[in-house]
Amino acid sequence: MELAVWTYEGPTHMGALRVATAMRGVHCLLHAPQGDSYADLLFTMIERRPGRPPVSYTSFQQRDLGRSTADLIKEAARVAYERFRPEVLMIGESCTAELLQDQAGSLVRGLGLPVPVLPLDLPSWSRKETWGAGETFHRLVRALLKSRAPAPGTPHPARAPGQPPRANLLGPIALGFRCRDDVTAVSRLLAAIGVEVHIVAPLGARPSDLLRLPEADFNLCLYPEIAESTCAWLERTFRQPWVRTVPIGIGATRDFLAEVGRVAGDKAVATAAARLIAAAVSSTTAGLEAAPAEPASKSPQAVPSVVSPQLAPSLATAPFSEGQSLAIPVYQPRLPWYSQSVDATYLTGKRVFIFGDATHALAAARIIDQELGMNVVGLGTYLREQARPVREAAHQYGLEALITADYLEVEACIAASHPELVLGTQMERHVAKRLGIPCAVISAPAHVQDFPARYAPQMGFEGADVIFDTWIGPLMMGLEEHLLTMFRGDFEFGESLPAAAQDPQAATYPPGVSASATIPDLAARSQISTPGINLAPGLAHEFPTAPSPGSPAISSGTGQEGMTAGPSVAQHALSSQTANMAANESAASAPVWDPLAENELKKIPFFVRGKARRNTECFARERGIATITVETLYDAKAHFGR
Amino acid sequence: MSLASAPAPAAAEELQRDFPVVCEGGQRQAFCGLAGIVWLHRKMQDAFFLVVGSRTCAHMLQSAAGVMIFAAPRFATAILEERDLAGLADANAELDRVVTRLLERRPDIATLFLVGTCPSEVIKLDLHKAAERLNQAFLSPANANQPIQPIQSQGLPAVATPAGRPRVLAYSGSGLETTFTQGEDTCLEALVPDLPTLPPGETSLLVVGTLADVVEDQFSRLFAELGIGPVHFFPPRSSRALPPIGEGTRLLLAQPFLGRTARAIEARGAQLLAAPFPIGIEGTRRWFDAAARAWGLAADRVEAVLAKPAARAGQALARYQPLLAGKRLAFFPDSQLEAPIARFLQRECGMEILVAGVPYFDRRLMAGEIALLPEGIRLVEGGDVDRQLDAVRAARPDLTVCGLGLANPLEAEGLTTKWSIELVFSPIQGFEQAADLAELFARPLTRRARLRF
Repeated sequence: MELAVWTYEGPTHMGALRVATAMRGVHCLLHAPQGDSYADLLFTMIERRPGRPPVSYTSFQQRDLGRSTADLIKEAARVAYERFRPEVLMIGESCTAELLQDQAGSLVRGLGLPVPVLPLDLPSWSRKETWGAGETFHRLVRALLKSRAPAPGTPHPARAPGQPPRANLLGPIALGFRCRDDVTAVSRLLAAIGVEVHIVAPLGARPSDLLRLPEADFNLCLYPEIAESTCAWLERTFRQPWVRTVPIGIGATRDFLAEVGRVAGDKAVATAAARLIAAAVSSTTAGLEAAPAEPASKSPQAVPSVVSPQLAPSLATAPFSEGQSLAIPVYQPRLPWYSQSVDATYLTGKRVFIFGDATHALAAARIIDQELGMNVVGLGTYLREQARPVREAAHQYGLEALITADYLEVEACIAASHPELVLGTQMERHVAKRLGIPCAVISAPAHVQDFPARYAPQMGFEGADVIFDTWIGPLMMGLEEHLLTMFRGDFEFGESLPAAAQDPQAATYPPGVSASATIPDLAARSQISTPGINLAPGLAHEFPTAPSPGSPAISSGTGQEGMTAGPSVAQHALSSQTANMAANESAASAPVWDPLAENELKKIPFFVRGKARRNTECFARERGIATITVETLYDAKAHFGR
Repeated sequence: MSLASAPAPAAAEELQRDFPVVCEGGQRQAFCGLAGIVWLHRKMQDAFFLVVGSRTCAHMLQSAAGVMIFAAPRFATAILEERDLAGLADANAELDRVVTRLLERRPDIATLFLVGTCPSEVIKLDLHKAAERLNQAFLSPANANQPIQPIQSQGLPAVATPAGRPRVLAYSGSGLETTFTQGEDTCLEALVPDLPTLPPGETSLLVVGTLADVVEDQFSRLFAELGIGPVHFFPPRSSRALPPIGEGTRLLLAQPFLGRTARAIEARGAQLLAAPFPIGIEGTRRWFDAAARAWGLAADRVEAVLAKPAARAGQALARYQPLLAGKRLAFFPDSQLEAPIARFLQRECGMEILVAGVPYFDRRLMAGEIALLPEGIRLVEGGDVDRQLDAVRAARPDLTVCGLGLANPLEAEGLTTKWSIELVFSPIQGFEQAADLAELFARPLTRRARLRF
């Protein structure tokens, strides 16, 4: 029995629904009790899907259990087939249904429906959502293609002369992190080096498209959690090689291009890829106004057409049917130059905590370390299946990877590592908000605000620039940091409340003096929100009132912020929590601050004051110093360095 | 003020009115009773809800609640694992371990609810027995001889159990047995045996059903002005401050989904007052009238107290009536609030109700509503979601009230929708909230009329 407060992953059938919802022409019958249909709202609300997910539920109830649920399943399958006429009918069972052992898959197969019936049989008591998604995709591909497998040892058919290399993009699914835009970004990248996108799957694909997967020359495994087992099976069965590098970040995109160049087995592609790799580097020195590199593609005019109808997930209504078609022949990334520009020096050595699915966490660690020059102080994933690569990467940074699905454990680790930036899922966003640390979401599970209206890929050179903006945005800019130091103490510069938010013990200013009045931009951007001045401290731990309006289901973003005292409540709650914790701690082994030292501490900019206080107290405790003087403060500073 | 000797005239003729309700089966689009935890844990802030179920339960609760600003919320899921399914002995031992650890970490918990789920029911994990066992375990020797203090019949600050001793109770939020708001019914029903007894000869009014604190306070003030009292609210804000019940209890339901709780309280001698639910000006007025009749108050006295808030509500409501009048409305079954809200929108806002889907129809509880519902309104119990969608597409109402899973798809088809869940989470009862309730329906209409692309 596992005690779960918030969970990173839903059950396995949720993964199956993410695959089915991403596709077209598939329907899923889920044998599940009333209540399990909540799954629908994740797609319609969080991803704002304009259509219902392709799923029917048997909705069995207590009274059905007395009778046989078999009839219910058969009837639901017949009705679902008649109504939706899918190309493939998938049969899933929720946790409860699995206990009933109704053999829903066999029952439906026995109906003789005129379409393939695919029982999923996902073990819902031992595995979770992400695994369920990967497994569903794999089983679907295998079920459709098994009969077409050539004799073992048959080589992959050679490309027709004049035919450019073709690649399948595998892995993007519904509710995935920026999958929609990644597909566009990667397709443009491939177009620039003369590779055609053959099939994108699961996102936007029909079962009939999956039948054509083997026609491609190779596969791109964009999200290993979802597509790795399928890519491996296609390689074994159809001798299709696959590209393993995930192109997130400048270095990874260059590696990806190089790998595509090798795997495509085409000289022109390899040359074009090499040119594109060089162009990305050249932008480093060329700076802002770098001239567009010479068109590397053999056929630059093919770029817009890369957004094939296949790419645009064909849901009937507007938001999902538009393809992104910015016709930029060769995209010159700005991240390398921006990161080299002097303003970015303030990023150097900033402490960053990273947690998410393996794909995004690993990519983030590399970008943080190599491309932004910050320090990875925590790295982990909630996916046990992906523990190995994450552990290996963590060792490179001298860390022990955090492999856990326990949200409270992650929170404790974040608090303990005192990061200056958190990159994580929506869970870590909440943690960071409570701790008053800037944060950017990099991975599923994500919330409604992480499905932006604008084109915001993570992959390719375009994605790297999006990443620069979204990760650096929450941090304070370099020059701003210095100006703050310079103006600190100016009577018109109210820095009190941000200080209170970060370091409750340092709050010496009367409440009601709002820092945001003087530096709203800073307060907003650094996400050091000011404690709600209208809140009684006693309310801080709880919601201000009973049932409140707003969307409960998409809460963390809109719901929470829409409430009267949303984020500030959290902030405030935390402040008092940490204050209590700090108070308990100091009661145990408390070094006392000499008034002069306390005064000196206030001269330190508020955004590092908390750290300075902690470090000094830690320094004092270790040495048995009872009273912290100005001397102790500077001794500690010298000891810890910046 | 003493209680009128003759019981309030139960609306016998209303009960007898035969109201046609169509009952349909098929695929449901509704939450299970676990969703009730979302508001119950906010109401009783010293209670903790431990769901004993699967990863699906945890995920559902998180998706429905989504209020993740809590670091450690007052609810959690004990997720059953393969080991627990293999042997019930192990599952019970595991449950004891999880509960003990939880209570060690959260000593502030006064009442721990073990919440049953579909899987816990299917494997026949007896949570009521588990609750008894755990209560014995937590009855520490220090507390064992201490008699449980009877609660004061007034004021309610008294503590029902010795301090520091958490009480463990069990109820079912399983989708096999409960739908959405019914989770509150099973939860409150589980609390009823612990309610202290109202001493013979004393009378009191018990208002049953979770209300927003602001609404509860408004109602308290009006009851005080009327001279009706003592008044207790159930569930209470503290799970230790349980109201007393007995022969002298007059029961007034604030929510339409509490049939089991009402019966359990009636079994302890309480008398249910027949009234519509306090939704809209008319509903609220009749709801107070029912209490006033039971207390034998003179009509002019009641009028003197209620006329002013009713008039103010009328003034506020007038702003929305032109926006709603004549508009055609359809309800998907969701919260059980459909019938009273349909009555309000039809009678007080002039809307035309095409169909009101309800998860189930409890004729006894709805007696006061049936009397007010317009002739010819189509009430459908249960129903298949795909067929309901067909019907709505064909009828194309001006406004469709539905769950979150259906709202965006219907909007994408050009139908204007109102999320039904907001009706459960927002304060909508009472005079002061009548206009707020109308505004919830006017907003989507105004928005659609405003947007130009």
